[in-house]
Amino acid sequence: MKRLAKWRLISLFSILALILSGCGQPYLSALRPAGEVAEMQYGLMKLSTLIMVGVIAVVTVIFILVVIKFRRKDDSEIPKQVEGNHKLEILWTVIPILLLLILAVPTVADVFKLADVGKMDKKGAHKDEVVVKVRSNLYWWEFEYPDLGIVTSQELVVPTNKKVYFSLHSSDVKHSFWIPAVGGKMDTNTDNVNKFWLEFDDKKANEAGNLFYGKCAELCGPSHALMDFKVRAISQSKFDSWVSAMKDVKKPQQATSELAQQGQKIFSQSCIGCHAVTPTNATPEKARVAPNLTNFGERSRVAGILPHTKEDVKAWIKNPEKFKPGNKMTGKYPQMSDQELDALAEYLMGLKVQD
Amino acid sequence: MSTYAQKKGFGATLWDFLTTVDHKKIAILYLIAGGFFFVVGGLEAMFIRIQLAVPNNDFVSAGLYNEIMTMHGTTMIFLAAMPLVFAFMNAVMPLQIGARDVAFPFVNALGFWLFFFGGVFLNLSWFLGGAPDAGWTSYASLAIASKGHGVDFYVLGLQISGIGTLIGGINFLVTIINMRAPGMTYMRMPLFTWSTFVTSALILFAFPPLTVGLVLMMFDRLFGANFFEVTMGGNTVIWEHLFWIFGHPEVYILILPAFGIFSETFAIFSRKRLFGYSSMVFALVLIGFLGFMVWAHHMFTTGLGPVANAIFAVATMAIGVPTGIKIFNWLFTMWGGSVKFTTPMLYAVSFIPSFVAGGVTGVMLASAAADYQYHDTYFVVAHFHYVIVGGVVLAILAGTHLYWPKMFGTMLNETMGKITFTLFLIGFHLTFFIQHFLGLWGMPRRVFTYLPGQGFETANMVSTVGAFFMAVGVIVLLINIIVTSARNVRVGNDPWGDGRTLEWAIPSPPPFYNFKQLPLVRGLDAYWLEKMEGKMAMTPAEPIGDIHMPNASFLPFTIALGLFIAAFGAMYHVDHKPWALPVMVIGLLVTFASMFLRSVKDDHGFHIHKEDLIEKTDKGVEA
Repeated sequence: MKRLAKWRLISLFSILALILSGCGQPYLSALRPAGEVAEMQYGLMKLSTLIMVGVIAVVTVIFILVVIKFRRKDDSEIPKQVEGNHKLEILWTVIPILLLLILAVPTVADVFKLADVGKMDKKGAHKDEVVVKVRSNLYWWEFEYPDLGIVTSQELVVPTNKKVYFSLHSSDVKHSFWIPAVGGKMDTNTDNVNKFWLEFDDKKANEAGNLFYGKCAELCGPSHALMDFKVRAISQSKFDSWVSAMKDVKKPQQATSELAQQGQKIFSQSCIGCHAVTPTNATPEKARVAPNLTNFGERSRVAGILPHTKEDVKAWIKNPEKFKPGNKMTGKYPQMSDQELDALAEYLMGLKVQD
Repeated sequence: MSTYAQKKGFGATLWDFLTTVDHKKIAILYLIAGGFFFVVGGLEAMFIRIQLAVPNNDFVSAGLYNEIMTMHGTTMIFLAAMPLVFAFMNAVMPLQIGARDVAFPFVNALGFWLFFFGGVFLNLSWFLGGAPDAGWTSYASLAIASKGHGVDFYVLGLQISGIGTLIGGINFLVTIINMRAPGMTYMRMPLFTWSTFVTSALILFAFPPLTVGLVLMMFDRLFGANFFEVTMGGNTVIWEHLFWIFGHPEVYILILPAFGIFSETFAIFSRKRLFGYSSMVFALVLIGFLGFMVWAHHMFTTGLGPVANAIFAVATMAIGVPTGIKIFNWLFTMWGGSVKFTTPMLYAVSFIPSFVAGGVTGVMLASAAADYQYHDTYFVVAHFHYVIVGGVVLAILAGTHLYWPKMFGTMLNETMGKITFTLFLIGFHLTFFIQHFLGLWGMPRRVFTYLPGQGFETANMVSTVGAFFMAVGVIVLLINIIVTSARNVRVGNDPWGDGRTLEWAIPSPPPFYNFKQLPLVRGLDAYWLEKMEGKMAMTPAEPIGDIHMPNASFLPFTIALGLFIAAFGAMYHVDHKPWALPVMVIGLLVTFASMFLRSVKDDHGFHIHKEDLIEKTDKGVEA
């Protein structure tokens, strides 16, 4: 009996695991909503799926009946030629209209709710919400906090349980900003600024390891597939301390170890022309041509895709083209020896604002 | 003039096809060219699936993948699906309305050659420095930024083939309006003819916006204009609008003929007239009309604002209603019928669940707020392959089996047909069903690879395996075609035994003048009505008389060829190649000289004399 219960439990868990795996990863899947927006959209998905499964069920029943019942048995049979049936035809016109209305009403309501960015444009400081300016570039993302005066790249940091308003723009070709688990996407156009909002749920963020995956969803060139970014969703207090730590970096941090110091020297000769190591947003957008590296040592990926290890940093700098074809970094700096790469990687991995 | 019965050498046959203005031969040309491009696009699809079978694959490079992906979409839509659909329209529609040809046989040939040269031009990009790589939608910011001549090939090739499609559509419209046999009222037209009619109207209104977009992009890329250059005051969202004002009706241009083919198939193999004929016609027209009102649902995430998104969401959902009407009408056509599961019927029957699946995801996508999640993911990829493969391609395969005897006078092998069907259907669902989930799990579309550890591995592998099933299915079909052509067992007028419409009342293949005497149409399913009254043939509506036929002409070929040559000149002019300008001028000269020749040379065609027609009947060697 006991064994049976145990088996039952195991099978229950395995079914649960199967269902959950059928829903994808908690940090990536639209089927594991981790915020108000994704929740709303998931609701619409469920509603529409429900209606559609109903439609499919009706069609399937008729379909099976027809296919089984009306097979030709006798080659000489001539069935009655029916013109149609007004009652039936009205029935399958009206019912779909009603079903679609059931879906249309919440759709329209949600469209307007999701487009409500009024709070973003109000004058003065934003207290109850965070505003982020997203700028997409060929294969990397920049996140600017205009209220806080800081800039970061590749890894967006946001507080949980708070509305985060985004304004989106692209500096080269069209991209699309998407954090599947947290909400639907919006395009970053070259022509205009798009605005929308998301909210990151505290509990769900924990389940996802506080790190959501972000994607570029619009074809933008060879490395479109590799234009990933990450979102660190943390509590308000942690966010505040991150912000103040970032703000404390007024000028480039000095490396401590000898190797890192050597790396910093190389950096200021070869890299600083494009990559900033201070988080200020005072420099104009046009001058910010490459990811800001102020807190590079605390990020989870190299170039958005590689594991965050020193070896990968070295490999990336040695030949970025191998990892992101068509990127804008290749060839912008002199070839480096292994020793130089080692020093540079040591320096970069040490770029941290928090301990 | 009857060269039909004689055996001809290869050269003579080739010349015959190069100069033909006969709608049946042009149909065969469309079938061969479309079939060829279908295989090319299919190979590209296989490369895509091989590349995505495992994460971090390097079967093809990132840049090459984008070219393959772009060309797969462009080829399948413009060079495979449309011409194949045109093949059936050309082969069947004039017969269905009891006409001796289309209204403008010369223009019909011109349409084909323009499409053909446009397609060849586009595909030559593979050998001349790289194919277009900005997606079949070729969104402006990326297309303008794209290096090399890839996108130029796209812009010029599609303009040339687009003219061909447009004049083809106009030709069909005029044919259906003017050339119906006595008694063939609009509401007695077979559904396939109706779908040709509505589709042609869609072509008439949808292709000009595409041409405008392509011309603007051509000016941007080749002649230094700035329509889409944001820094110079241009706007890229305009391209999206122009493209989708064409692009959405385009999918109906593809699917409506598919509906037509299936409507015929259901009626024939259920031995029953189409259920709710008038509502079917009404639904066709309504879908065609609404098809123009919904383009912005491809742009829900572009940032058009909530009002636009809400309106287009509701408009899009509305299309679900007429489509639903059609599905139920087809089901009830079979209901109470005597259903025989031939190969075309198997395709038709399996089309219903496949297309319903694609249709319901369409309604899901229409829900704008939820679409923010689906947009540009594999969910969309799954959706449009469900409607295009599950609808259009199944219809083309059904049509191939159904109309093969009418076009070539011999049946395709049923056993092999059923093998193709089974493999293809299994492969299709295996490939695309799982992709819905890939999209929802967070996989964007048009990615050349994906990183491991995101939960995409198994599903992608399944999808790739499915693609191979489809490929094998198509190979079996090709073998089928070769084997049956070699055996060449001739068939009579009505090889399926249950033909209902006029095309089944005449020999397979029909004589080049189609109808010796125009038939008298006494109702819907004209031939069926006669059969039910025990007659073997249609009642003629006219006495036997001279038949006026058009002469063959080589000019359509040269008109298209000239544009083809000129396009090279226009494209390489940008590189300051000294030969570019002369080539462009020569090309245009060829085109205009051919047009001039056509205008000044009086070509009154020829007459088949009454005596010849009577003689043939007497000797029993008709056709």
